[in-house]
Amino acid sequence: MRPHGRSSPALRAQGPVIAHPFYTSQHARMSQRKRLYFACVGEHVTETIAVKADRLYKAFGRRPTEMVKKLDAGASRSEVASMGTAAVIDASFEVKKGEIFVVMGLSGSGKSTLIRMLNGLLDATSGTVTVGGKPITGIPNKALREVRRSSVSMVFQHFALLPHRTVIDNVAYGLEVQGVGREERLERARTIIRLVGLDGWADSLPSELSGGMQQRVGLGRALAADTDVLLMDEAFSALDPLIRREMQEQLIELQAELGKTIIFITHDLNEAMFLGDRIAVMRDGRIVQIGTPEEILTDPANDYVAQFVQDVDRGRVLTAASVMEPVRSVVTISAGPRAALRTMRDLQTSATFVVNRDRTFAGVVRDRDVLKQVKTGATDLHAILKDAAWVTPDTPLVDLVEASVESDLPIAVVDEKNRLIGAIPRVTLLAAIGNVTTNTGELTVVEPAPTISMSVITETLRETASEGTQL
Amino acid sequence: MNDFRIPLGTLVEGFVDWVTDSLGFIFDFIRAVFDGAFEAVDFLLVSPPFWVIIVLAAALAYATRGWKFALGTIVGLTLILGVNQWENAMDTLALVLVASILAILISIPLGILAAKSPTASAIIRPVLDFMQTMPAFVYLIPALILFRIGVVPGIVATIIFAMAPGVRLTELGIRGVDREVVEAGQAFGASPWRILRQIQLPLAMPTIMAGINQVIMLSLSMVVIAGMVGAGGLGAQVVAALNRIDIALGFEAGLAVVILAIYLDRLTAALGKGGTPLGRVVAARKRHRQTAAAGTATTGTEATASGQKAPELADTTARA
Repeated sequence: MRPHGRSSPALRAQGPVIAHPFYTSQHARMSQRKRLYFACVGEHVTETIAVKADRLYKAFGRRPTEMVKKLDAGASRSEVASMGTAAVIDASFEVKKGEIFVVMGLSGSGKSTLIRMLNGLLDATSGTVTVGGKPITGIPNKALREVRRSSVSMVFQHFALLPHRTVIDNVAYGLEVQGVGREERLERARTIIRLVGLDGWADSLPSELSGGMQQRVGLGRALAADTDVLLMDEAFSALDPLIRREMQEQLIELQAELGKTIIFITHDLNEAMFLGDRIAVMRDGRIVQIGTPEEILTDPANDYVAQFVQDVDRGRVLTAASVMEPVRSVVTISAGPRAALRTMRDLQTSATFVVNRDRTFAGVVRDRDVLKQVKTGATDLHAILKDAAWVTPDTPLVDLVEASVESDLPIAVVDEKNRLIGAIPRVTLLAAIGNVTTNTGELTVVEPAPTISMSVITETLRETASEGTQL
Repeated sequence: MNDFRIPLGTLVEGFVDWVTDSLGFIFDFIRAVFDGAFEAVDFLLVSPPFWVIIVLAAALAYATRGWKFALGTIVGLTLILGVNQWENAMDTLALVLVASILAILISIPLGILAAKSPTASAIIRPVLDFMQTMPAFVYLIPALILFRIGVVPGIVATIIFAMAPGVRLTELGIRGVDREVVEAGQAFGASPWRILRQIQLPLAMPTIMAGINQVIMLSLSMVVIAGMVGAGGLGAQVVAALNRIDIALGFEAGLAVVILAIYLDRLTAALGKGGTPLGRVVAARKRHRQTAAAGTATTGTEATASGQKAPELADTTARA
């Protein structure tokens, strides 16, 4: 259900122990968090549509409807610039319940305007917004306020806390507006304060808190309102990088626990890639691409997106599945050493993967060992089978580097049933991280290079041919 | 050249005459209300013995700024008493208080209106400019006609002259409230009234208090002019001193005005800044009460473990 990397540690944890210690301690900590995340959130993304935007336009100017008509007829943002600002042009998307939907774009791309139309802080000039199946465009103010109270809450870039109220009163603000009694709302606010990690700060004023803690209050306020949809407008952009990463991880944890639908605005591509189940890239008021982080990275819709994503930390976004190559060098364990040697000779490699009869991954054999077996007449590959590094398809590339450094063998990619589905040679890994093509024309990439000359292999096979079946 | 004459003055005169004739009863009513308010406040200030007022003023000074200000207040008021201007000073204080309160009551809602509606702002702004720059003597003329000699035309002229900064600073303060915080109120579904009450007014309060401070200062600067139309108090003393070229009386009455002005200015400025000794006590008590409430409520939660959140959380902890 979740197409990219987060679930991998959980899967790996269920599988057999890996020979290679892939993880640094930092990774281990991360994976523990994500495991929690995977365990409970994967299931949260449903097919129910939580928020739907249909052909949304927002124009600022004297005659906005006229501008929309022109834009609709195909005019660009700059062509209508004399009439005013076309902030959002023809934006349509659907956000599924339980999803983190990221809207990413540079400043001035219209993303803040877009998010403000999703809770009616700004009226759409044209088009409709639906929240939980109910339209919120063109409804009276009173009904709109009711939607905001019950369905959509918001986290702001500069926190927007009420400076004259304590942390707990800020967190309880949404409930207060909803008309929840004082005792009950303070009690619920206390639960939320614990949830966002602000224990002991309930009676402080926001000005006594650091930026990161203030945004926890902002997040707590939105969570306390207990709405299904959470709008986050550049929520972490004002924070230090370290705090930001911590908050991003915490957001994912919280989403795991509470299953909110989150629409997250950011100008930071790495943040978008880290948080987003899907990302909408905006440019000059238009959505230019919507897709999973991997789709955006591997298949950018146009040069703009391509240029935008070139700086992204590819190692953390791309997964083994998206770069792996078909396995050529593979033998079934029952085929025996002669078959293995022959395969290696034909493909000019010094090792080959070995799979069991049910196609599950068994390990790897090296040409020297196989050659020895063939010479001595042994027939059981089990005896020389070596462990090999393997990963699940959704492992991020950054986690493959260490394994790739330690062994010259390609890294095996196995699916949840432990079947070998691909391999990642070093060259492929390097090319993927460096964003260059591995297509070198006629020459295919073969790793690892043979260590025994082909003539020796051919000679050995011929000498031993009479003893076994003809190959 | 000389034939070209716009009869603007005559027109205004005709209008004032018409107002006096046809709407006289309204002005009689206003006169009665203002006069009554002034008399009531004046009675409160004049009837107790002087030391009661001095002690109260000093106590207020101590509560807002501390003992230095309290001491200064005692010295200043004693000085007024010493130059035999006590009653006049209390009359003036009553007039300033009534005029300021009325000016504030009018100007804050106007300022809110101007902050909320650009149209209202566009109308109010030039009117304020007009009111503030038109020489104050000029309003005295219709005020005298409409309200007759006495304290009321003085109050009216003072209100008109002094309310401008109240409106302007209220508008400025509300417009200056962080847009995101107001948006936060809206985003959680608060009504405009609730946003005004819970977000805009509290956050604009320092600016609004600066406006109130200015209103009071301008009111005091009008007392001399009010004295000319029979409002009495220190203003009348200054006018009398001017007529008789009496330097001694002029200085004493003038000094009393200055002392009142400094007292009111420091007092309102302290209220605007917050963080007064009194404010700290109130805040501390409020916080204490909240903490106490928090303690009891927490034990309550653990005992009942009600609500949906609690089991959910327990679940997560178990999994972790």
